[in-house]
Formats: sequence, C-alpha cells, structure tokens
Amino acid sequence: MAQFLTDSAVELCDVVKQFGDVAAVDHVSMAIRQKEFFSMLGPSGCGKTTCLRLIAGFEQPTKGDIRINGQLMGDTPAFQRNVNTVFQSYALFPHLTVAQNVGFGLEMKRVASDEIKRRVKEALELVRLPQMADRHPKQMSGGQQQRVALARALVNRPQVLLLDEPLGALDLKLRKEMQIELKNLQTQVGITFIYVTHDQEEALTMSDRICVMSKGKALQIGSPLEIYERPNCRFVADFIGETNFLDGKVLQINGEFGEIEVSGRKFVGRIGEGVRVGDKAMMSIRPEKMLLVDKPNPNALNTYETRVASIAYVGSDTRIIVKLGDTQVDVWEQNSQSTLDPSYFFKPGEAAWLTFKPENALVIKE
Amino acid sequence: MQKNSSTRLFGLMFPGAFWLIAFFFLPILLIVGISFLTKGDSGSPELPLTIDNYSRTFGEEYLTLFGRSLWISLISTILTVIIAFPVTIWIVRLPKKWRDMAIFLVMIPFWTNFLLRTYALRFMFLNEGPFMRAINGVWVDTLGNENEIELLFTQFSVMLGLVYGNLPFMILPLYASLEKFDWTLLEAASDLGADVWRSFVRVMLPLTAPGLIAGSILVFVPAIGNYITVELMGGGKSQMIGRTIAQQFSTANNWPFGAALSLIMMVVVTAAALVYFRVGRGEQAR
Repeated sequence: MAQFLTDSAVELCDVVKQFGDVAAVDHVSMAIRQKEFFSMLGPSGCGKTTCLRLIAGFEQPTKGDIRINGQLMGDTPAFQRNVNTVFQSYALFPHLTVAQNVGFGLEMKRVASDEIKRRVKEALELVRLPQMADRHPKQMSGGQQQRVALARALVNRPQVLLLDEPLGALDLKLRKEMQIELKNLQTQVGITFIYVTHDQEEALTMSDRICVMSKGKALQIGSPLEIYERPNCRFVADFIGETNFLDGKVLQINGEFGEIEVSGRKFVGRIGEGVRVGDKAMMSIRPEKMLLVDKPNPNALNTYETRVASIAYVGSDTRIIVKLGDTQVDVWEQNSQSTLDPSYFFKPGEAAWLTFKPENALVIKE
Repeated sequence: MQKNSSTRLFGLMFPGAFWLIAFFFLPILLIVGISFLTKGDSGSPELPLTIDNYSRTFGEEYLTLFGRSLWISLISTILTVIIAFPVTIWIVRLPKKWRDMAIFLVMIPFWTNFLLRTYALRFMFLNEGPFMRAINGVWVDTLGNENEIELLFTQFSVMLGLVYGNLPFMILPLYASLEKFDWTLLEAASDLGADVWRSFVRVMLPLTAPGLIAGSILVFVPAIGNYITVELMGGGKSQMIGRTIAQQFSTANNWPFGAALSLIMMVVVTAAALVYFRVGRGEQAR
C-alpha cells in the first residue's frame, strides 16, 4: 500500500534514537536517492553509525519512521530487510571459507546451490579475488578481508548497501586505492550506497551527496561542492576543510550580500540562511580564497593592511599567517610560478594587503 | 653434553611420569589383574584366572544396565546444555562487574560438600518434605486428584540431580568460549537474512563448539559413573552402572566382577568421547 509513495531509496522522517538519557540520533530527516553514493560524515559520537544501524534494522528508532524503497520498516527485523551491511570490523565468519562467507546470504534465501556457486564466483571476480574462494578469512590481509566483506554483501543484490567506515582499518595508500575502487564499483553495480565516515576527504572524493552530522543532528545535506563552498553553519565550515572565522555584527543586507563589522573593519560577504541585520554573525573565508598583495587596489572591497606573522613553503602552495589587528588569518597562496627568487615570497614582519572577493566570504549565523 | 641434556629431560619429566605411573597406570593394571580373578569365599579375590566376570557382563541384565546408564547420562547432558546455554549467554551479556559476580555465584556450590547438597535436593523432593507437601496439598486437596505426585526415586529425579550437580561444569567451559565470541557476527548473519535460530545454528554453535564439547564431556563422564546421586535420588529404582560398581566393591564384596564392570565402562566412555570429539570437530570444520 505504502509502496512507491516516494522514489527515495531510503527515507528517514524525524527519527529519534535514545540510549538512556542520550539522544544518539536527534530528530533526523533525510531522503537518500536511488543509486546515489550518500555519505554520513561527522566526528565520532555524532550519530552517523546509529543512523546506519537503524536503517539496517539492528536498532529500532525511539521515534520517527524509516522507509526503504517507499516501504515503511516499522519493526521489520534486520534479516527481513533488503539491505546489506559492510561492517567496520568486516565481521567475516571465521569458521567458513571465503566462498561460504560470500554464499551465506544466498544460502539463507534458499537459492539453488549451483546458482549460489555461480553468483559467488561472479561476486569474487567483481572484487578481484577469484582465486581466494577456499581460503579462510584469517589467512588474508585486511584489504582482502574488506573485499570479501564487500562481495558478501553485494552478492545478495541489495536495494541499498550500508558501509560503516569500511576503510578505517586500512593504511593510507590502500585506503586511497579502495576509495576509487569503491566508487567505480558503485557506478558499475548501480546500487545505492550509504557510506559512514569521519574522514572528510574520503566523503568529498566519493560522494554524490554528503550529510554532515554533529551531536545526533543532521546539520547540512548537499553535494560535496555545496558543503564546501556554502556551509550553513560554523560546525560544517569548520569540520570540512580549513577556514578563517571573523566574528562580528551584521550592519546591512542588500540582496544576496551584506556588510559585517569585525573589530572596527567593514567586510562584505554573501549572506547565509537566516542571517538578519543586527545579528551577531561570523564571516567564514577559506585560506585558499584569500590573496596577499603588495599594493592595494583602492576601489576593492574587503582590503586591509596586515602584517605577515609566519610563512611556510609546502610545495604546491605557501601557507602564510598574517595578523589583521589582533586576529590571526591563514592565507594559502598557490605557487603558480616556478621560481627560486626569494624576493618573490613575503617575509615575516613585512606589511601586506589582504583581500578577498565578497562571493568567497560567507556570513553565517552564530 | 648429550648426557647432561638427557639427565635434565629425565629430571623434568620425572614428577609427571611418576604421577601417571603411580596413580594411573599401576591402579589400572591392578584392576585389570583383579578382573580376571575369582571371588573367594572370604570375599578377597583369588586364583584361578577366569573370564567369567566379563561373560557375565554381557548378559541381558547388565547390557540393560549399561543402556540405561548411557541413556540417563545422555539425556541429563542434553538437559544440562539446554539450561546452561541460555544462562551462559545471559551471563556473558551482563556488564563486566555483574559478569564476574555471576560466575562467582555459579562456582559457590562447590564450597559445599556434594553429598550434603544432594541430601538437600532429596529433601526438596521428599513427599514428607515441606516443598512436596505444599505441591501435593494443591494437587490432591484442591484439584481433587487421587494420588500424590511422587518425584523422588524416579528416573526424572536422578536426571534432575545429575543436571543440578553438573551444571557448573557445563557453564564454565561454555563461558570461556562465549566470552571470546564476536557478537557482531550475529548481526552480520541477521543482515544476511538468517533468523535467530539459523544465526545460532550456523554461526554461534560452530564457534562455541570447543566449550560445548569440553562441557559435555565434563558432564557426561561423571554422570555415567555417578553413584551418590543415583543412590540418594533414585533409591533402588533406577540403577546405574556407577552404583552397581560401587556395590560390587562394598556390600556384594565381589571385587573381580566390579573390576570387570569398571573396565568395560571405561572403554565405553572413552569410545563415546572419541566419537563425540570426532563429530564435534567435523561440525566445526563445516
């Protein structure tokens, strides 16, 4: 009856999950689209894993509804949901071989044994481990176990695949490889992936959309570009990438843009959602969106004299800390020129003019 | 050098070897010897050598006795498993401080003499005791049944006594296995479509098999040789092999026949344990 109410793969509607007095998930709503690579991103304890466990059916929500493919889940137990999970610890069955592990779900659905054999083989080829069928999980490396866990879930052709920090235990290089591989795999199999991670770079690289979570709340849902360029609150701006915050007061708003006073200086920036004249607000500007110049353009907005405090050359760019009054500001200058000329770089103690475009500065409510 | 190391090896092995020889091999040899002797008039074993003690064992009476003993021990072992498994799961899932407390409580009965505990149990099932009197009060007076319920001196009371006495020997090895069990594996099984029963059979049971096998042996073997419980809880009505052997060495004063019976029991139990280990290992590998 309730089927096809929405075309979302998974829908959370005002979901609350209490553990004792603590709300691990606090009134979260989100709609995850079909065939989307959707990430839940946040620091540990933000409720992202609990959200995943609610979708999988390992936990029941205290309040609110969860729909999978339009169907209300209610108390449907995990073993009757058409979703599969890749666990952080992989949770492979140590007493079974790789092939038996991968075939477990099909066996539970009483699929004929020759079809199980065929599909297990296909799944192991998909994760590029066809020769490992008879091994036991303990005889494999972490990366290989991770692929087996993936094959074990994908072989069931679930509507949604839930991944709980699946790359967390791998070393950096393998993790980067697996990121690309996972993303390719997702495109190839065309299954909705819901991916939980605390690694913002991982989320930005792989996701179609990201939900940033903190303290049980979903703060912002959007594409990696939206999340990075238009964070809707201090937490999101701070958690994703690096940023400078300038605290001040909103003087006036003019359409999309507005003026904010920061310790006596006036800046113009893009006005974020819900910001009103007279509000205490802050301006968030990414370090790479700032520019340091020798001579100011007298007509330019957002241009003030600063003093260089320190300078670090990191190859691709130069990271400079300047003092704007008492406030420290991070500025990353891209090294677009190849030069060994020391006079090209600023030196500590020198005066420099800081400037940025209004469209790159975001005024966010306190 | 060579001599030195072999002397050291001998020195290291001596305590264990001495123990085995003095308290295991020699007594068994003695029993084997006695089992081929004849019962003397004064009761002490005498020549001539004979195999009558063994041929007598294979008579119908004693085969039935063996059969019943195996049956009662088997059922009481199964009952012990059925009770111990959920209890142990419950204990393992307790918070750490309560868990240690629970295991402590499981072990507490060991501080009381087994005979004393069995007497206490017997008292509970005695029809003259307060417990059974209360039950029979309801059963006869209120429900209007003609005969009182009698639980003592039945196969059931013997099994119950065995289950009661042996439960800790099942819980402790099971606890050791279950404590290491990774509970996310059950979530994984459920995620892959296994209901509670199939998750248990396909994941939890094979992974806790070592504890289950060890516990079963620890419960089954003493059960089959037990005579205190059989005596006190079963009276004369459900005789088991352990009690018969004890009687041969005491009241019947027929040591050769008692020796033959205990050797045969040893062979049967060892064979049963070996088969069980083999099956258990096969189950694990599957």
